[in-house]
Amino acid sequence: MSALHIKKGASKHSAYNLRPTFSDLQERHTIAVLVENEPGVLARVIGLFSGRGYNIESLTVAEVDHTGHLSRITIVTTGTPQVIEQIKAQLGRIVPVHEVHDLTVEGPSVERELAMLKVVGDGDKRVEALRLADIFRANVVDSTLGSFVFEITGAPEKIDAFADLMRPLGLAEIARTGVAALLRGE
Amino acid sequence: MLVQALKDQGVDTVFGYPGGAVLPIYDEVFQQNDIRHVLVRHEQGAVHAAEGYARSTGKPGVVLVTSGPGATNAVTGLTDALMDSIPIVVFTGQVPTFMIGSDAFQEADTIGITRPCTKHNWLVKDTDRLSGIIHEAFHVATSGRPGPVLVDIPKDVQFATGTYTKPSPTASRYQPRLKGDLEEITELVAAMEKAKRPVFYTGGGVINSGPAASQLLRELVEATGFPITSTLMGLGCYPASGKNWLGMLGMHGLYEANLAMHDCDLLINIGARFDDRITGRIDAFSPKSIKAHIDIDPSSINKVIKTDIPIVGDVAHVLEDLLKVWKSRGRKTNAEAVAKWHMKIDEWRKVDCLAFTASDKTIKPQQALARLEALTRDRDRYITTEVGQHQMWAAQYLTFEDPNRWMTSGGLGTMGYGFPASIGVQMAHPESLVINVAGEASWLMNMQEMGTAVQYRLPVKQFILNNERLGMVRQWQELLHGERYSHSWSEALPDFVKLAEAFGAKGIICKDPADLDDAIMEMVNYDGPVIFDCLVEKHENCFPMIPSGKAHNEMLLGDAETQGVIQAGGAVLV
Ligand SMILES: Cc1cc2nc3c(=O)[nH]c(=O)nc-3n(C[C@H](O)[C@H](O)[C@H](O)COP(=O)(O)OP(=O)(O)OC[C@H]3O[C@@H](n4cnc5c(N)ncnc54)[C@H](O)[C@@H]3O)c2cc1C
Ligand SMILES: Cc1ncc(C[n+]2csc(CCOP(=O)(O)OP(=O)(O)O)c2C)c(N)n1
Repeated sequence: MSALHIKKGASKHSAYNLRPTFSDLQERHTIAVLVENEPGVLARVIGLFSGRGYNIESLTVAEVDHTGHLSRITIVTTGTPQVIEQIKAQLGRIVPVHEVHDLTVEGPSVERELAMLKVVGDGDKRVEALRLADIFRANVVDSTLGSFVFEITGAPEKIDAFADLMRPLGLAEIARTGVAALLRGE
Repeated sequence: MLVQALKDQGVDTVFGYPGGAVLPIYDEVFQQNDIRHVLVRHEQGAVHAAEGYARSTGKPGVVLVTSGPGATNAVTGLTDALMDSIPIVVFTGQVPTFMIGSDAFQEADTIGITRPCTKHNWLVKDTDRLSGIIHEAFHVATSGRPGPVLVDIPKDVQFATGTYTKPSPTASRYQPRLKGDLEEITELVAAMEKAKRPVFYTGGGVINSGPAASQLLRELVEATGFPITSTLMGLGCYPASGKNWLGMLGMHGLYEANLAMHDCDLLINIGARFDDRITGRIDAFSPKSIKAHIDIDPSSINKVIKTDIPIVGDVAHVLEDLLKVWKSRGRKTNAEAVAKWHMKIDEWRKVDCLAFTASDKTIKPQQALARLEALTRDRDRYITTEVGQHQMWAAQYLTFEDPNRWMTSGGLGTMGYGFPASIGVQMAHPESLVINVAGEASWLMNMQEMGTAVQYRLPVKQFILNNERLGMVRQWQELLHGERYSHSWSEALPDFVKLAEAFGAKGIICKDPADLDDAIMEMVNYDGPVIFDCLVEKHENCFPMIPSGKAHNEMLLGDAETQGVIQAGGAVLV
């Protein structure tokens, strides 16, 4: 006795990546997570991302409410809409997590990142670096005869653009904080 | 203080194993009589026993083990409980706080190791916080989607004295939502009123939700007349004797259940998680249906299958509201179409997918279970299983009328689960008949627990379907790997009768189908633990089977159909 055969042909693929009902579009989302500031909470969040194979583009964390013991973790991640939904739902399951906000959806939001860039060089290159830094409103926080350390804040794209310009001018090292973000308005 | 907290949490039984880092706690356990401590023979056994206790009572299971190896031995059980949403509270000893991080004797980073396999865990660094954390641990384990939690207690914290606080459920920050959204519930009711081919797809969440959920589910099914199937984890939430019962669905589920899932126009998921044993090929899963999903965990919704009507809430709470709304709108269903749907289902039923040919020479495993069922059905019976073919046959041939009567490792599929689980069940239900349906290979994985069964006079029946093979593995090798049986048989099996006797228990061997009934009755009537070595047909395959990567309507019903059915793509799946 044979079962009905209605649709054939697609079983060559893995069942795990056959998700035609879900969109394949990769989206970039900024998620703010308010957590109880207790030992191991960051490990729980990071473990969730690595254990379930989600991406982390950037992650920042710091205590924001000293008396209430609350920390704010800002995560920039990419994934299909379904994966982003899963990330939020999974974050919400972590016991010390108080709130999960998708700033990309709840937006508009403002995003800022701080970076420090060390640029090594002399002569024209040094002058040009200083001129561009001025245009980007980057501050010089340290200088020697052969180098500058610039400090720049802005949206990640602005920092990318500044770093791209500094590269041919002797960019030696860069340190970035990762994104901090807040919703606009009330 | 720990013992006091356990008493206040209503704990009557603890499964554990002592060691240096928990001696102060064991000293307290020694000096009281309210809590029974069951000395297992391996910490993995303690956790599975606690799972069996928990699943059969609805109460959390409690485990106490030492640091280092005690804790690492508990990891498999924790992962098992996490996958199957079983509430367990595990206490581990830890080296004293001032030695943490120094690679001290029997130190392990228990919190780090168990973080991904617990719902939450705590390291207690201050005795004043101990009782509060213990109460919170019980609350987290049992509320929302249940799961295992772990409390790691350094030895100096055990010795120190601190202030005790009483439990208070509202004190916890963890308060999952129980009530479903009324708008969505109403949307589901509207879909139910129109549905021509509805089906309830129920799962472990109904059992997790408690007896009221099963009661409400029964009421809903009787009132609407919709057919109902269940996952492996949900067996018993609706009685197998109920007229709308389709049997289990999924990879080894019944033909009528799977085809009903494939052809339905309204699929109502109640406390199940669209596991890959159920969905098969995702793009061909129930292609014509509107999908509703009732689940307490928002992450279960839209994880695998896109849901049209998502309802986040506890099964009992949601069903109560659902019934109210449905009744207030006039108890409507599309009765005519549903009657036709039942006729269609009856046609599928006629295929009789569980039929097998019994032999008078060797015992077919199906026959062994069919006889076990016939001879024990009317008893006050609890069943546990190991993992493999026998587990699937048990799910197919045994019937369950009530929830909490069936304990099996579904999500993790842990060989070695069933025997210790049967011990936990028997501890909770000393007068009941507790049978572990086992394969010989799985059973050997935690056979040391015979010592526990004998020491505590637990009359657990170990019903071993002995095919001298890792049967499930062998079946896959036959279907997928050109019958190259790589390491899927055991060459040096023990004499199970002698083994039983060595432990001071009873052993029974049965190989002739003619002796089967008497042997089963001898097992059932013996007052004490029994190992029943049932020698069965060695190369029997478990059907029906939906091969990995296939759709529900591409089910295999018997050996004749298996030639070349699993293509390369399906073979990468497990
Ligand atoms: C060898 C082998 C073969 C298998 N073959 C099959 C098979 O053929 N068929 C089959 O069905 N299974 C099979 N399984 C089991 C399978 O792997 C899964 O474990 C099982 O299908 C999951 O069951 P479930 O969907 O009911 O989910 P569970 O794991 O029981 O999860 C319960 C769901 O309910 C939710 N929930 C929990 N509590 C509540 C509450 N109070 N209110 C609302 N929701 C709640 C949870 O969030 C979760 O989403 C097999 C396992 C093995 C080892
Ligand atoms: C701990 C563990 N190791 C390996 C497996 C893979 N596995 C699944 S079923 C099975 C064979 C089980 O054999 P047996 O217990 O004799 O049962 P049968 O299938 O023969 O009924 C194996 C090895 C598993 N599920 N668990």
